[in-house]
Order: sequence, then structure tokens, then C-alpha cells
Amino acid sequence: MGVMDNYIQISGVHKTFRTHSGPLQVLKGIDLTVHKGEIFGIIGFSGAGKSTLARCINRLEAPDSGSIKVGGVEILNLSKKQLLQERKKIGMIFQTFNLFEAKTVYHNISYPLEISRIPKSEIRKRVLETAELVGLSDKLNAYPGGLSGGQKQRVGIARALVNRPNLLLSDLLKEINRATGITILMITHELDAIRYTCDRMAVLEDGKIIEVGSVREIFSNPLSRTGALFAKVFTEFQRVTEYENGGGI
Amino acid sequence: MSLLDTPIWEVIKGSFAPDIWVRLVPAIGETLYMTLLSSIIMLVFGLLLGILLTVTNPDGLVPMKILYTGSGWVINSLRSLPQMIMIILMIPVARLFFGKSYGTNACIISIAASCIPMYARIVESSLLEISKGKIEAAKSIGSTNFQIIFRILLPETLPSLIRGFTVAVIAVISMTALAGMFGAGGIGDIAVRFGYQRFQHDVLFASVYVLIVLVQLVQWIGNFTSKQILKKRNLI
Repeated sequence: MGVMDNYIQISGVHKTFRTHSGPLQVLKGIDLTVHKGEIFGIIGFSGAGKSTLARCINRLEAPDSGSIKVGGVEILNLSKKQLLQERKKIGMIFQTFNLFEAKTVYHNISYPLEISRIPKSEIRKRVLETAELVGLSDKLNAYPGGLSGGQKQRVGIARALVNRPNLLLSDLLKEINRATGITILMITHELDAIRYTCDRMAVLEDGKIIEVGSVREIFSNPLSRTGALFAKVFTEFQRVTEYENGGGI
Repeated sequence: MSLLDTPIWEVIKGSFAPDIWVRLVPAIGETLYMTLLSSIIMLVFGLLLGILLTVTNPDGLVPMKILYTGSGWVINSLRSLPQMIMIILMIPVARLFFGKSYGTNACIISIAASCIPMYARIVESSLLEISKGKIEAAKSIGSTNFQIIFRILLPETLPSLIRGFTVAVIAVISMTALAGMFGAGGIGDIAVRFGYQRFQHDVLFASVYVLIVLVQLVQWIGNFTSKQILKKRNLI
């Protein structure tokens, strides 16, 4: 495995939040490597620090210490301007969609291109392409307010993909179209999402990565308590024919 | 006609007499002129200040505690001045700009000065309504702060901004009436000079009608526009 294969290299990342009830240590020294082109899942209970970890990767949250390299670039040392450029290469999909309600579907998808000074004709071409990919071609003139949850999620996906990012950070995402060569870091507590889409996964517990390995390995032979719990819950869930998501976990 | 010697119904009837309205029409013009100009000035500076307050907020895009607390303190101080005192305070400023301290233009300065701080607070509360997630999404895409403010923050909160502006314009209208006492002309001037000083209550009534219609109209336009936008966006 060459150096370039390690697309994301996280080492020693710590993050503490100040809260009303004192400091809250959310990430306690995260070390993680994600290969290029891999779909990597991070699983953990609510509050384990999954989202914070994802948000550190595009520096929506600044870690207190540690190093995060994406494609060989140290994210934490970037100047403000460089960071904005780097963020354009990292797509992010949100659990709550966070669409722009003042813009039509078309303009939600075109916004990332518009702020990059790309010619109008090129923008149009790419927006139509991306909308086609997620199956929204007939909704381009609609406003997000009139869309169903699933459609909203697809707008969010299109918005994250339209810039042709090298890396996709996604929160809780079940159906994801694997675009060519894109590295995907999936943050979820949905077991089937990880089970069916991810190559490798990590189990996050209480701000620490407690287990890393291939999905099959972890589900069949979990070493950690949380991993075992997830694996157990998953086999339980598999018996329930009509189960839709892991919302109860 | 005065309520002192005429029954109220006669006064009301008298308030529709043509000679009153002939006098009132130019005053309406002055009031509209003052309202329009003051509102535009208020809009520009109020928006800027409101954006400043929102952006420098400790949870804002560019937290700047000193600027935030400082501008907040100045705005609160200005807002604690009664409007009448603000008009008096602005007399020297008006003289600086127009060479005289009375008249319609001079009063526009004091009206704007009095309403800008209030409107800035209204803008701030509208802008704070935006969900943090939208800002975060815009950030994750690589937007600059400038792009976030003008391409996300303002458009997203537009319906609320319009409703806030409506409230502020109505405050401006009431303020123009007060400014009438200080030589600004307009409906307030007519109401004071005729209705208060000369007991011509028919004139007073007529001025009241105009003010009521004006305020209703502004409120209706504001509600209508903001509702249309929400409808267009499929949010109601």
C-alpha cells in the first residue's frame, strides 16, 4: 500500500467542548486511516463523537490538537483561503439536509459552482448531469419546501457531488451512488447502511476508535463491547423482515 | 369645528369637507416624502448594523466580542432615548448637513437616527432565525463569509426581514407625525397646529384617517409580499 493510498490520515485528534456543565471531551485521540476510493463507515452510539470527527475533517470544527491529512494536505494548517478551496473538494451530506429554502432545486445544486466562478454554460451542464444522476431532473424548478424527505436528501447529495469532490463526508446515509473513485466517509448508527455499502469500518466509543477492520470481520468477530453489541443488534434486526432503519439504537 | 361646541357626528361629517382635504393633500405628500426617505436610510444602515450584530455575535460567522458588545451598547443607548429627545439632539447634525435645523429634510435625519437602532435590532432577530445547519452547509461547500451573508443569510431570511421592515416603517410614520411638531411639516404638523392649537377637531380627525389608512396600507403590503415569498418557496 503506497502513501497515496492513504487518502485520509487522522492522528491524535483531540477535541473538547466547553459546556455549561464544564468541559466535555468529545474526541480523545483519534487515529484513523482511510484509503483512496474506499467507502469507510464509522459507527457508534449517539454522543460517541462521530459527527464531531466528520466536522473536523473539513474543519467546520477545529480540533484542539492532532493532525488531519486529506490527500496529503494537512487540513489543520491551511490558511483561510486555502481552506475554502479545500472544502470545495470535500462534499458533505447532512442528516437534516440543510437545503437552501430560498433557492430552487436547480440553484441549490448550482450554488457550489456559482461561488467558484465557473462559466454559466458549464454550470448548467453539470447541474443537469448531477440532477439526472440522483433522479431529480423533473424537480429542478421546485423549491425544497415542496419536496419529500427522500427528494430533499437527493438534493443534498447532488449539492455535495456537483463540485466533483474527491471525498464525501456523509451523515447517516442509506442509498448512496458510488461515483467513480470517490472516497466516502460515512458517519452513521444505521447498521444496514454500513453493512451493505462500506468496505471497512471503525467503531467509535466515547471519543476513541476502539476497533477498525473490514465490515465482515467486525460483524462476524467483534473484539469490542460496542462492536459486539452492534453486531448482535444487527443479527437481531435481520430477523425482523420489515425493519427500515436503526433509529431505535 | 370643535368638539367643544359641536356634536361628534357633526365633526366627523365635517372632517370630509373639501377645504380640509385641500390643506391635507400637500401634508400627505410631505409625510410620504419623509417616510420614504427615512425608510430608505433606515433600511441601508439598519441592515448593515443588523448584519454586523449577527456576524460578530459570539456564535456568529466572525465572532468579535468587543465589536459586538460595543455596537450593542451604542444601539441600546440610542434606543433608550425617547424619540422627541433624539429630534432635539439631532438639531445640530441637521444644521451641519442642510444649514438649517428645521424643515422636512432636517427632520429626516432625526427620524432615521431614531429608527436605525431599532431596525438594526429587528434585522438582528430576523437574521438569527436562520438554522445553523444552513450556514454550516454553505461553509462546507467553501463559501466565503461574504457569500454566506449575501447569498444565503439574507435570501433565506427575506420574508422575516420584510415583516420586520414593515414594523419599522410604521414606526417611521408615527415618528414623522411627532417630527411635525418640530417644523417638519406633514400630517403631524397639521394635526398639531389645527387639531391641538386651534381646536379644529375636524382637521384632526381627517389627519387621523390618513394615518390609519397609511399604516394599514404599509402593513398590508408587508404581509402580502412576505406571504407571497413563503408561498413561492412552498413553506406555507
